[in-house]
This record gives sequence, structure tokens and C-alpha cells, in this order.
Amino acid sequence: MHTVLGDKRAILVLLGPALLIYSLIMLVPIFWSLTYTVQDGNPIVGFEFNGFENFVAFFTDPSAWDAIGFTLRYALVLTLLQVVFGYGLALMYVFWLRRGSSLVRTIVFFPVVLPTVAVALLFQRLFEAAPTTGPVNSFLNLLGLSSVDWFGTPAAAFWVIILMDVWRSMGFYAVLLFAGLVDIPDELIESARIDGAAGWKLVRSVVLPLSLPVLLSAVIFSINGTLKVFDTVVALTNGGPGNATTPLTLYMFRTSFSYGEFGYGSTIALMLTILCLLFTVFIFRSTRRDLTKES
Amino acid sequence: MSTAKLITSDAPIESHLEPPRKRRGSRDFFSRLPLRLLIIVLLFIEIYPMVWMFLGSFKTQNEFLNEPFWSLPSSWSLDNYIEVFTTGEFGTYIRNSIIAVFPSLAIILILGAAAGFALEVMVWKGRGTVLLLFLAGVMVPAQMILLPLFSIYFQTGLTGTLWPLILTYVAIGLPLTVFMMATFFRAVPREIFEASTLDGASIFRSFWSVGLPLVKNALFTVGLVQFFFLWNDLLIALTFTTKSDLRTIQVGLLNFTGQYGAVQYGPTFAAIAVSVFGTLLIYLFLNQQVMRGLTAGSVKG
Repeated sequence: MHTVLGDKRAILVLLGPALLIYSLIMLVPIFWSLTYTVQDGNPIVGFEFNGFENFVAFFTDPSAWDAIGFTLRYALVLTLLQVVFGYGLALMYVFWLRRGSSLVRTIVFFPVVLPTVAVALLFQRLFEAAPTTGPVNSFLNLLGLSSVDWFGTPAAAFWVIILMDVWRSMGFYAVLLFAGLVDIPDELIESARIDGAAGWKLVRSVVLPLSLPVLLSAVIFSINGTLKVFDTVVALTNGGPGNATTPLTLYMFRTSFSYGEFGYGSTIALMLTILCLLFTVFIFRSTRRDLTKES
Repeated sequence: MSTAKLITSDAPIESHLEPPRKRRGSRDFFSRLPLRLLIIVLLFIEIYPMVWMFLGSFKTQNEFLNEPFWSLPSSWSLDNYIEVFTTGEFGTYIRNSIIAVFPSLAIILILGAAAGFALEVMVWKGRGTVLLLFLAGVMVPAQMILLPLFSIYFQTGLTGTLWPLILTYVAIGLPLTVFMMATFFRAVPREIFEASTLDGASIFRSFWSVGLPLVKNALFTVGLVQFFFLWNDLLIALTFTTKSDLRTIQVGLLNFTGQYGAVQYGPTFAAIAVSVFGTLLIYLFLNQQVMRGLTAGSVKG
């Protein structure tokens, strides 16, 4: 039997094609990309070795720092809001709506499946100031406030991006965290109730500690996704006004394909990868320490 | 392990946290009023933009410029939709999306299931390492591979066709699929495969006639998840569609507003409606599976 389940030729046939495609189109390019970081040029004009110039350029480039700044601000604010709103909704599903939550869950989840470009075009119209007044500005006018040029000022554009992503993703995080809350054993909640814990106190002292692992995976998933934001920004503001909402991904895309600087583009991509890794490791380590402290 | 449980069971996820029943009465009704209002506001915020878009897709430019946003369209004319398909070339974009996404999806599922089987059911040295190798691919941002791939496709003459999209989609879809399929095969008792082997089935037959039917539901869910990722992809499509007649539906939609000088509201809304129609329809029928699949896809490890 071991000869059949350990048949080398069969393993090669079953695993080979997937491993081959994956290696050729993902693993090899990852290392290939590293060699670009010490070169200058693009495939059409050719490449030329330039040492660490790209890295020096990156750290002295104000646009790069602006992009890092926007990426970090966006990732931190959105992760916080996504997880907080998602957790709030999940608690509402579990403790208030109970059996009846299925329909609400399904409806709040649906924007996740919509194409980002379509949602972004819709939000451009929702927040429009001129020539027509969109629903949001109409609402402000109704309250006696004047219309806001949402896409003309950096701060407003930032919050429209955040708002759109919260609208799209809070249902997703709610279902993710809901699955974690449902896994909490009945007996624990019941005994806490008997001990007199209720409402906010029950959530803070019993439910929250028990759902920390699933909250942690939600935070890691969210930070990794938000650091790589591309679709939302490209379709909603295209990095504007000016380049006030340009994340690293878009800066890398423009550098490479609009200016044809593949070397510098690869350097930015590498920095983005390092940023993602740093965050994941940082979150893991900081929570590990907390867990050992408590026990 | 819990992800496998989450997906293979067909019952909807239900809360089992049932606090003691409260007496129903008028006081109960009023104490629940804030919550009800909250839910109504929530549902309104989620649904209204879609309703607004749908109504807008029937309005004329004049209605957009001169009437308030809540007004209903004066007629249910399909002019905007006709404009989207004639001058907007959405027919071509949809065709390109279908040609790029569905073959990729088929290859991802077949190769991913076979690799998951080889990594989890079969016994050999180094399978843990290979699984980790696939997992590394989930972590690395796509930006890392775009530039070398652009060079490769340029030098092999694939630029100017849809092949770069298909190849890149397969490579990007494989890691998560292999990982998820391995998780599902781990949940299948080993005795089943040992028994089929004892009965004289070759390993390929064990995979095709025993293994695959057992993870059929899971395979469907993974397929759904990958479909949403690929169909909604913008980054890869934007990078490798060098000619306008290669545009997928997302790239086409992104360029749609730029086509005219001033914004053509009606056609823009109709284009948005066309592009959300497919995914919305799937979600209407398969929402439980989509929710399970998409959330399970994120809790890897």
C-alpha cells in the first residue's frame, strides 16, 4: 500500500503541473524582481547595473515618503474601523438579532462581491458636488450646510476612500468575527450570566477575551489587504487631488509603466513587501507577549 | 481545521448563544425600538446606493442635470444600455473577461485539487516544505511579480494576447486553492484511501473517483471564491491589457468615464449596472456558500 500512496511518479503527475506553473510565474519572478532593484531601465530600452542608486533614490524621494505616509494612514485607520464595525455588527447578530440575523447578515455582506471599479464610480456620483449635486451633498444642503468638494481636498478625499471601503467590507468582517463568536461555548456565557455579568460587562470581561484569536486573525488579514490597496484608490480618486491619496502600490505602478523605470519600480515593490512582513511579524509578536503575560 | 468544518457543512451558520427568553410586551417593543431603527438605517445604507444606481441607469442626461437625485426616471427606456454596448464596446469587454477568467478557473481547480491531494493524502518526504512554499505565495504582494512577468511576456511575444492574463491568474490563484484543498483532504479519513488502494484502485483512480467526489462541495466553494477574485481583478488586467480591445470588464469600466468629455450620467450608471449584474446574480442564489467561502479563504493558518 505504501508503494501506491508513496508512488513517486504519481506524485510528480499530480503535483508537478501546479508546482511548475507556480514556480515559473510566481517564485522565479519574485527573485528576478530582486535583481531589478540594482538596475536601471526597462525591457524595451534594456537594463544597466546601477548599484544601490534605487534604494538611495527611494529614501530621499519625497513622493515615496508621501506614498508611505498615505499607505500607513489608510491601512491603520481602515483596519481599525473595519474590525471595530465588523465586531460591533457581529455582537449585534449574536446577542440581539439571534436567529433572525441571517437576512441582515446576508444583506450587509453583499457589497463585498461587487467589483471595486463599479462601486468606486458609484461613490464618485454619490459624493459629487458639481455639475449635479449628489445625494450626500444634497443631504448636507438639507441640513443647511454648503456642499463639500469631496474629491478636491486631500482630507475629504481620504475620508471618502475610507468610507467606501468600510461600506464594502464591514459585512465581511462581521461574518468573519460572527463565526468566531458562535464558537464560544454556551456554558461560559451562561455561567457568566449567572454570576451577574450582563450587557457591556459581559462583552468586555467574557466575550472579548475569548474572541481575541479571531480578532487577531481579522487584524492581520485586514492590515495585509489594506497595505496593498490599489483598486479602490485607482478607481475612486486616481491618487488625487495632486498625489495626496497615492499609495505605494499606485506609485510603483506609475513609476514602472508611465515612466518606464522598472528598476525603481521593483525597489518600491520590495519596500511594500517588507512593510507587509514587518506588520505581520509585529502584530504576531506583540500579541504573543500579551498572552504570556496574562497566563 | 475549523475552516474545513465551516465549508463542508451545508447548514447555514446559526447562533447557539441563546440567552433566557424575555417576556414579550409593549415595554419590550419600545426597548427594542432603537435597535430596530439602527437596523433599518443600516440596511438603507447598504441597499440604497444600488437602488439609486438602478434607477439612474434609466434616466436621461437632462433628468440628471435638472432634477433632484431622488426623482424617478420618466420612462423605462433602455437607451443607456444600448449606448453602453454600442459605443462603449461592453460586449467585447465581457467576452474578454469570460475568455480570461473561466479557463483560468478550470485550470486552477484541477491543478489545485491534484496538488492538494498529492500534498495531503500521499506519503512522501518534503511535502510539508512544498506546502509552506505554496503558502509563501499567499503572502507576497502581486506587485513583486508584475515587472519580471511583463518582461517575460514581452520577450516571448505573448503581449497583445489574453495569455498573460490567464497565466498570471492561474499562478496567483493556485497558492490559496492548493492550501484550501489540502485542508479539505486532511478532513477526509485516511482509511477511505487505504481501502480503495487495497481494493486495487490506482492512485489516479483514488484521486478521481474517490477523493474528488468527497470534496466536491468544497471544490465548488473554492471555485466561487476564485471566480470573485479573478472577475473583479483590476491590477493584473490593467498591467497586461496593452491594447484597448483586450480590456476586461473592469478595465473597460475604469476607462468608460474617460471616453467622453463631460460625464454621461445615464450610460455610466448603465455600465455600472451591467458590471455588477453577474456577481449580484450569483450572490442572490448562492449567498450562503459565497459568505462561507470568502470568509474561510481569509482565515488561512
